[in-house]
Amino acid sequence: MSLLEVRDLRKTFVRGHGRRRRVVNAVDGVSFEVGAGETLGLVGESGCGKSTTAGMVVRLIEPTSGQISFAGTELAGRSERSLRPLRRELQMVFQDPQSSLNPRQTVGTILSAPFQIQGVQPDGGVLPEVRRLLERVGLNPEHYNRYPHQFSGGQRQRIGIARAIALRPKLVVCDEPVSALDVSVQAQVLNLLAGLQQEYGMAYLFVAHDLAVVRHLSDRVVVMYLGRVVEQAEREELYRSPAHPYTQALMAAVPRPRVPEQRKKVLLRGDAAADGPAGGCPFRPRCPRYATELGAADQSRCTQEAPELVPLSPRQSAACHFV
Amino acid sequence: MAGLSKPMANPVAEAARTRSPGRLALERFRRDRIAVAAGVYVVLVLLASVLAPLICRVLGIDTERHIGLLSLTNLGFPDGRLGGMSWDHPLGIEPKTGRDLLALLLYGSRTSLIIAFGATLVSVALGILFGLWAGYFGGWVDTVISRSTEVLMAFPVLLFSIALLAVLGNLDRVGFLAGNSLRTAILIFVIGFFSFPYTARLMRSQVLSLRTREFVAAARVMGSSNRRILRRELLPNLTGPIIVVTSLSIPATVLAEAGLSFLGVGIAPPATSWGQLLGAASRTFVVDPAYMLFPGLSMVATVLAFNLLGDGIRDAFDPKSRS
Ligand SMILES: Nc1ncnc2c1ncn2[C@@H]1O[C@H](COP(=O)(O)OP(=O)(O)OP(=O)(O)O)[C@@H](O)[C@H]1O
Ligand SMILES: [Mg+2]
Repeated sequence: MSLLEVRDLRKTFVRGHGRRRRVVNAVDGVSFEVGAGETLGLVGESGCGKSTTAGMVVRLIEPTSGQISFAGTELAGRSERSLRPLRRELQMVFQDPQSSLNPRQTVGTILSAPFQIQGVQPDGGVLPEVRRLLERVGLNPEHYNRYPHQFSGGQRQRIGIARAIALRPKLVVCDEPVSALDVSVQAQVLNLLAGLQQEYGMAYLFVAHDLAVVRHLSDRVVVMYLGRVVEQAEREELYRSPAHPYTQALMAAVPRPRVPEQRKKVLLRGDAAADGPAGGCPFRPRCPRYATELGAADQSRCTQEAPELVPLSPRQSAACHFV
Repeated sequence: MAGLSKPMANPVAEAARTRSPGRLALERFRRDRIAVAAGVYVVLVLLASVLAPLICRVLGIDTERHIGLLSLTNLGFPDGRLGGMSWDHPLGIEPKTGRDLLALLLYGSRTSLIIAFGATLVSVALGILFGLWAGYFGGWVDTVISRSTEVLMAFPVLLFSIALLAVLGNLDRVGFLAGNSLRTAILIFVIGFFSFPYTARLMRSQVLSLRTREFVAAARVMGSSNRRILRRELLPNLTGPIIVVTSLSIPATVLAEAGLSFLGVGIAPPATSWGQLLGAASRTFVVDPAYMLFPGLSMVATVLAFNLLGDGIRDAFDPKSRS
């Protein structure tokens, strides 16, 4: 049994009223698993529903339907009160270190909150534990009475990470934890996350909008497009032979040092329309395979039939009629 | 990590980052000379009303009647020029009763300010409470609170207060409150109650923007109760707006009390307040204009100073608001 099992998760948002009312399928039937101590990368363009998925996993967002089973317990539909003890094991690192730390609280207050809220008394008291945490994430332990604005973006993200790991959770959901940071500090923060995982053996659900960031951390990768999973594979398989045209396009955007142009450049044009075309494959309007490689008979299959996620091998599956 | 060991690249940006919003507001306020002058005046007025008994003792004046000072031939108006000004009675004496006007003014401003501070306290406390609830919980809680406050704001507040106070004014004793202290308490609650919707609306809009910040989500992921989020995460971020509405609410409540007492439903003799003195003076204005001059001047100056101080505080917290 996996640590986290997500089954057919859906979220629809209703926007506007009356005639301008529109229903957005932000997450449209997503399933995946995360094993204990494992890292699952969740990748896709802006607006494809990654944050919504992450939010549902930690139950910040109520799923419209679907199951989320965490350590054998079903989270969907549970009351906030009965979730509280589970939250010890299930933590989150947020995207924006500017807004994820309360500007009116000192770092000491921020880092002792998990202990207070969950009623945990660490050996030797909260303050020494807070200092240990600061030290562990590479900050000066004497800075516990400083305010967030006195730290740089990278340092603030370290504080956010310290808060998430304070109670040694089993799963940490990281929603683009480095995308708001300078490129120069991104690698440091990723290394910190990798080191913490080695030390404490927690699992990560790691959200990113490009494949480069998740490459070193992930054991497996899920690629999302407009609320659906289009490809899911072990890391090696995915980076060696991406199957779905969308994954291939994302891969082309990954800078590859040392390797000369060996892969055909696939460029994505335009944005994902918020809800894609009605019927058929949602990626069709932007699909290079559909546009250039397929004949009329094959194209009509793309316009009529939405592709299911089918296994290509035990370690890789993709949702495309023509892989 | 980065900025710590190497020399600061940009000292200006560095310095701005290390100052908290409250600090910056204080520095901006100090540079605003009008606001500082108004603040000094406000402090003097507060001292004068707090120390009223002491000042009266030092000057040898009191609020007793001195019938002997009134001219029998002059229909009970003070002898001498300018409302009976003399070294013994620097601002003259009250017609008909012969009470010292300076002493009345000192004690009157005391009553007015007690009501102003009390009503502001009631209004700000109710405003914070309902504004926080409406903004944080949203949904039907917000609908109920917002609609109710809108009804209150559309109310003919002055007429209603006059009617209410006229009825309540007939009460002799409620609990341990009687006479003038009962009237003071009633005024505090009536004025405070009718002015809270404005604070509630401001607080609601602030909370609406705060509650989407990630630190609120982080608190929920840790398992915080709503109560804890409201008290520990949101409230500390409202100190700026709270200080601003408080400082601008005080002069408004001074005027509200003055209006009601002027109309005869507020503070009644022998107790005094700015409004009560003005009301009494308006009836003898033609014969003894000096009686109205000092209460009027001191109230206008105080209200003006409070307003300038409040404006200065608002500008200090939000430099963009300065027009
Ligand atoms: N509260 C909401 N109300 C209405 N629509 C929403 C809401 N939250 C998200 N959406 C919509 O759902 C879709 C998915 O949003 P989501 O934030 O999950 O995307 P994302 O993949 O995390 O994108 P990004 O990379 O920009 O963070 C978007 O179309 C978005 O506009
Ligand atoms: Mg997102």
